[in-house]
Amino acid sequence: MTVDETAVEERVRAFLARHDPAATPPLDFLRARFDAGLAWVHFPEGLGGLGAPRELQSVVERALTGTPQHDVGRLAIGLGMAAPTILAFGTEEQKRRFLRPLWTGEEVWCQLFSEPGAGSDLATLATRAVRDGDEWVVDGQKVWTSGAHFARWAILVARTDPDVPKHQGLTYFVCDMRAPGVEVRPLRQITGEAEFNEVFLTGVRLPDDLRLGAVGDGWRVAQATLMNERVAIGGAPGRRGGGMLAEITETWRNRPELRTHDLHRRLLDLWVEAEVTRLAGARLREQLAAGAPGPEGSGVKLAFARLNQALSGLEVEMRREEGLLYDDWTFRRSESVDFFGRGPGYRYLRAKGNSIEGGTSEILRNIIAERVLGLPAEPRADKNVPWKDLPR
Amino acid sequence: MTLLYSEVEEELRAAVRDLLADRCPPAAVLAGAESAPGRDAELWKALARDIGAAGLLIPEDLGGAGASAREAAVVLEELGRAVAPVPFLTSAVMATWALVRCGGDAARELLGELAVGETTAALAVSLATSPYALSTPPAAVRAEAGRLTGRVTAVAGADAADLLIVPASGALYAVDAADAVVEVVTSLDLTRPVAMVTFDGTPGRPVGADLAPLRAALAMGAGLLASEQLGLAEWCLATTLAHVKERHQFARPIGSFQALKHRLADLWMEIVQARAAARGAADALARTPGAGAADEGGAGEVALAVAVAQAWCGTAAVHAAEECLQLHGGIGMTWEHPLHLYLKRAKADEIALGTPGDHRDALADLADLPAPLPA
Ligand SMILES: Cc1cc2nc3c(=O)[nH]c(=O)nc-3n(C[C@H](O)[C@H](O)[C@H](O)COP(=O)(O)OP(=O)(O)OC[C@H]3O[C@@H](n4cnc5c(N)ncnc54)[C@H](O)[C@@H]3O)c2cc1C
Repeated sequence: MTVDETAVEERVRAFLARHDPAATPPLDFLRARFDAGLAWVHFPEGLGGLGAPRELQSVVERALTGTPQHDVGRLAIGLGMAAPTILAFGTEEQKRRFLRPLWTGEEVWCQLFSEPGAGSDLATLATRAVRDGDEWVVDGQKVWTSGAHFARWAILVARTDPDVPKHQGLTYFVCDMRAPGVEVRPLRQITGEAEFNEVFLTGVRLPDDLRLGAVGDGWRVAQATLMNERVAIGGAPGRRGGGMLAEITETWRNRPELRTHDLHRRLLDLWVEAEVTRLAGARLREQLAAGAPGPEGSGVKLAFARLNQALSGLEVEMRREEGLLYDDWTFRRSESVDFFGRGPGYRYLRAKGNSIEGGTSEILRNIIAERVLGLPAEPRADKNVPWKDLPR
Repeated sequence: MTLLYSEVEEELRAAVRDLLADRCPPAAVLAGAESAPGRDAELWKALARDIGAAGLLIPEDLGGAGASAREAAVVLEELGRAVAPVPFLTSAVMATWALVRCGGDAARELLGELAVGETTAALAVSLATSPYALSTPPAAVRAEAGRLTGRVTAVAGADAADLLIVPASGALYAVDAADAVVEVVTSLDLTRPVAMVTFDGTPGRPVGADLAPLRAALAMGAGLLASEQLGLAEWCLATTLAHVKERHQFARPIGSFQALKHRLADLWMEIVQARAAARGAADALARTPGAGAADEGGAGEVALAVAVAQAWCGTAAVHAAEECLQLHGGIGMTWEHPLHLYLKRAKADEIALGTPGDHRDALADLADLPAPLPA
């Protein structure tokens, strides 16, 4: 039986009748919400969902406005990337072990993919995982790892077979960030703070039951993560005029002395672009209701990055003298990932990362060109060569 | 008129570049950005005195070099290329040009000190002041019987200045910076932070009877800022080219991907245009007589050249810095790599002395392209 809007509303009512949001400790409330299937309705029953169409999530969110929430900025990688990957490739045991604390925020996740030598060309990564009985021993270096300093678990891609072409010798793991041999060092960002890190993995032992998917199938699993990541970054549901647009439109409305014809024209252009991007995201989510995101999801992430950069850049310019200021350069390790917070200067600088993180805009254009439009790929020298023989 | 560089200009460039290579490498600027934002007093001394950059725009009879905006522009290209934390634009261009245009004994005496780099000055106006927004004088500071009271925000170069040139009650006053309160505020641009300057019954000596010199100084500043933006953009392009040749992904240099080649070819062309526009503005400004007004047609030509240069170069510099960041990937988002200093300077420069939009608006008149009729 498919669950419809009325059924979801009924579920929320029943849940709220049993768990008073004002009287229940926040964590208990979130756990109960997960157990009631109201965490992510498109997940299966028993795993925080109702097996319902994805777009009904908005019904839940509306009905539960004002109740205790988890910190989406802090949990973004868990919610947007780890969870759908675990759901698609994890064993029953892994799903039961990881999904609930992931969603409630009891366990934060990070993403150990990029390396100094492997960014856009992720499949060339060099971190090794070598089997030792029931365990894997991992050695290597990861970089740009957002939130590694507060993460309990990581999704990790490592090379298990250097003798086959690069896409074939990869395996996907869950990495215990508390395991001996995991060392996290902050990397300071242009905003002044350190959101991301370098992570050194030295003789880290992971039990085989932390492997996600088959040995050698890591590229396929990672693709699922990345497709989800792009939809998570770019395709999150938003209201009309929300997100980065909200900041600049508020300034525009409240500060008539800053208005000029030139800025007005440009703001209107961006407003339209934001609105059509929002609608494209909404349409994509409807299409996704049925299945896993495909390469089309790259489009919304591409548009999201462009828009955030254009809007935040325009806001700094529009504010003139205030645009010359910055709130605080003090070095600190951030506790969450925040695209829209703080002042206009911060927003402008942080938005620069939007076209790099989760696949650069150039790589996303290649994906759209080759996998959506079906254009031929460039001739490649690195596809059928054993990884160990690739020029580096 | 020429848009090329003269031999003298190239020699000056080489001297400045050598000094900066020696004394102001990116790592040093980055380190200084936090410990002493926007200030390298030793470097400034060497530039101002040893190279004589402080006196470039000052007539020879006052101890200056009697050079022109063209030479000052070349210095600014190099300072932009190094995001050098020195007050050349604010002191040796803007404050100096205001005093040159004031004429008069008081101004001339101060110019003598500025020429030898003994004194550093700043104009006490917001860096965000548009040269076109001055038809009504800024009312931030009042003058009464030689005492100034009021506050000016977002003043660039004030922290390095001994002398402030202050517009107050429709005239210009010279104030010892030590008598005012100068508070540097946390700024987007780490290499040219702005300050809040407060006067509270502060003694000021009249140096200019009206604000015409201030307007001239803002126009000179805006026109020459284009050269700083040019130098900055050139550094970004050069640094990006070096990176994309070096960095390999997919078993080849990323610069071999046509998508990036085309982007960089476009950026190169944008900078070619920026260079021509910046040179055009410098050349036009160089032909403005040092004192008194130019003839009407001439003044229009200068204003047009300045507006064109600013409308183009402000955007080009930001674009170059943004491309530089993007094509560096993750490294571009780090504090450790100096390119963020360029991005922050470029973004602040876009606001400085009129936004590109202000300069385009000005072109409505200057290029005779009237705005649409009101609906
Ligand atoms: C804020 C931020 C947070 C991040 N968080 C994480 C994280 O939590 N976990 C994680 O694993 N990674 C993370 N990353 C890393 C991110 O995924 C990589 O930076 C990104 O994939 C690019 O890799 P790179 O930095 O090595 O750049 P490179 O791959 O070296 O790219 C440099 C430039 O070359 C271009 N380029 C590369 N190949 C091509 C091509 N074929 N055609 C055209 N252009 C090309 C790129 O688009 C880019 O402009 C984060 C990055 C940022 C900026």
